[in-house]
Amino acid sequence: MKIIDGYPDYMMESIKLVEQKREKNLKIDVPALTMEGREKVLKAYHPDFMDSTKREVKLGPNKGEMIYNGIVDLLESKSILDTKSVDLTKIHYDVDILIIGGGGAGTVAALFAHEVGGVPKDKILITTKLRHGDANSMMAQGGIQAADRPVDSPTIHYLDIYGGGHFTNKPELAKALAMDAPRIIKWHLDLGVMYDRMENGEFQELSGGGTSRNRMHSAKDYSGMELMRNIRDRARNLEIPVLEFCPIIELLLDDQGIVSGGIAFNMETDEYYVIRSKVTILATGGSGRLHLSNYPTTNHYGATGDGLVMAYHAGANLKDLDTIQIHPTGDAYPEAVVGILSTEKIRGLGAIPLNKDGDPFVFPLEPRDVESAAFIQECKKGKGLVTPTGMPGVWLDSPMIDIIHGKGTIETKLAGEYRKFKRFDIDMTKHPIFVYPTYHYQNGGVEINEKTETALPGLLAAGEVTGGVHGKNRLMGNSLLDYNVFGRRAGLHAAEYIKTRNVGKLSLKHIDDYNKKLDELNIKSDIKAPILLPEYRGKEVLARALDIL
Amino acid sequence: MTETDVECAKQDEPSQVTATVEIFIMGKRYDVPIGFTIMKAIEFAGYQYIRSCGCRAGFCGACATVYRKGQEQKLHFALACQCLVEEGMYLVQIPFVPANKALYDINDLAPEDNTILTIYPEIARCVSCNTCTKSCPQDIKVMMYIQNSLRGNIAKAAELSFDCIQCGLCAMRCPADIKHYHVSQLARRLRGKYIDPESKELNARLKELEEGKYMDEVDEMMSMDRDIILNLYKKRKIEAQGDLDEGADA
Repeated sequence: MKIIDGYPDYMMESIKLVEQKREKNLKIDVPALTMEGREKVLKAYHPDFMDSTKREVKLGPNKGEMIYNGIVDLLESKSILDTKSVDLTKIHYDVDILIIGGGGAGTVAALFAHEVGGVPKDKILITTKLRHGDANSMMAQGGIQAADRPVDSPTIHYLDIYGGGHFTNKPELAKALAMDAPRIIKWHLDLGVMYDRMENGEFQELSGGGTSRNRMHSAKDYSGMELMRNIRDRARNLEIPVLEFCPIIELLLDDQGIVSGGIAFNMETDEYYVIRSKVTILATGGSGRLHLSNYPTTNHYGATGDGLVMAYHAGANLKDLDTIQIHPTGDAYPEAVVGILSTEKIRGLGAIPLNKDGDPFVFPLEPRDVESAAFIQECKKGKGLVTPTGMPGVWLDSPMIDIIHGKGTIETKLAGEYRKFKRFDIDMTKHPIFVYPTYHYQNGGVEINEKTETALPGLLAAGEVTGGVHGKNRLMGNSLLDYNVFGRRAGLHAAEYIKTRNVGKLSLKHIDDYNKKLDELNIKSDIKAPILLPEYRGKEVLARALDIL
Repeated sequence: MTETDVECAKQDEPSQVTATVEIFIMGKRYDVPIGFTIMKAIEFAGYQYIRSCGCRAGFCGACATVYRKGQEQKLHFALACQCLVEEGMYLVQIPFVPANKALYDINDLAPEDNTILTIYPEIARCVSCNTCTKSCPQDIKVMMYIQNSLRGNIAKAAELSFDCIQCGLCAMRCPADIKHYHVSQLARRLRGKYIDPESKELNARLKELEEGKYMDEVDEMMSMDRDIILNLYKKRKIEAQGDLDEGADA
């Protein structure tokens, strides 16, 4: 097999068809699907509609409800924490606010609790599994939505969110998302975020899938990184305490059943810390590294759904985990980057998906679930290509962008993408990129209300770990918005909540009870949860591993 | 489609191992499959990451790696998640970069010529050796933005440094002990906050929201029956389809 410009020869044959038809394709508009058309392709091809991808959970608040298999596997496993090895009489950290997770939502919550809520910094503690800022927040590329143009309004944004979520969102959460958005952008500007601007100072705003107005604010294709590093820099300047490489593995309740902190695990020394708090904010993010339905993922290394597990052990209910978001344009070639995201901004700038014959087959900016299902359908129909390592996929005709917007657009507006492919000898200004859906976002999670309260007193939650904001499908640009809007609300509410809170005697009895319930139901599992990290070590090595040190 | 149809798509499972290359992880020899990134190869060899692995997609700077190939003189710099293994690599990852960050309140600063120099005076020690630039896995012109910071050209320093993922390799190599990535963070914040122009449209929308506009509209929508809101949704004009070209809707 010969490699030409980064692609194997047989794929290059297909690229020739793409090139021949490019001029014609630039003039064709594939219309958006009707609601009925969307439903049809979703039901036939989206993993959310397959029986084999999920099952009923046998215990806990969501007993009898359908949830993705990989999550049920965790919920039906015993706790990783042996409660007998923990001494709760010795408190290692005694704070007002424990924030579990040092990504976007957790850091924003800390800033608002401290700067607006007036909580002293030493009364706040962020614990995080990896480094501060190692989170999906850092990886978001495309941008953040906010209705600030005269042709747009928060009302139209609300309608996009609610319809995009198939009318399953909690309306009060969708409202908060739309209405708070402009003030979040203003807060970012005050921090020093460099958004893409036009010469007159207005934002360069693009369309995203399922949005009816151009309202995506971006910072090249490093939008998430630009937001996260500004927010983190503010937290560092204010010296908000952060414990890195110390994930919380279980929540603590007090004798009233109110969440009162958690047990942290130092992954480098294997010791535990007892953290007592007046209020706890769950901001652990998503679960891409569970590879639900066997999809590759765009998520960061620590996205293993820990927050879902510990909240469920303590009695919180989950919502909409019968759906996941697969993002249509995961990289399917080269093998080294399989599953990594190619941003929706590529389609926002005008690139269109094409099959192996170089023909368009779907409106490029359908909501993500619909667009993904259409890609899968095209591959099932035999109109996709398969890479040398067996990955199916379709083309995304990136060179169209420079034709539409002028030479150099890709290198400036999609600097990260351009760099990524260049590392593998693929020049996306000359050749299309090859894509297939990848597990991107956990639509649902721990149910919250507009104050970020969960069903458990003393436990607030914000960001990807929560359920209700996006319903059963999230629109692009609304996750960066989500962690800002609800991180802020969590921080402000936490600052109020602690004023009247007295913590009782700490307890881990709920863990023992949960384990006992599993025994009673005779549910067996090979794993313990939360898992904290995915297992990627070589199979041959694991087969010979000895448990000695 | 059944579940098995996407099994081939699962990430991080070594696909059929056909050919291997010899690499040396901290001096120890391992055979790893061709076509793997350094990160996947290290895992294949049996290491489980705690440090030096973050987003796995080139955005977080956790996996800064240095290597030499065989008897080569030159030291190379890469991100383990973005660089393929090559025969004879001797490699190590940098788990942490000790680089003190200045503490400041961005609200108390002004974008003056000497603002950055005042907060990070060590940039004046730059000897223009360009080692920082050569060590950047993002190919950023690091020395150029330090020189621009020194001259007070904040906007240019911010622009040149924008793609920085803060891996810290520049700071580890600098003979003048400059912490470049902290310097550029300050430059970008100064630009974003003080130099880039105001958005009049955003300010107008904020004023409307302060006055309570849209509250009733959204509340009305929230109380609509499903059929009615579904119909509204279906009838939306889509800007990306050119629906607004003949005049905006309400």
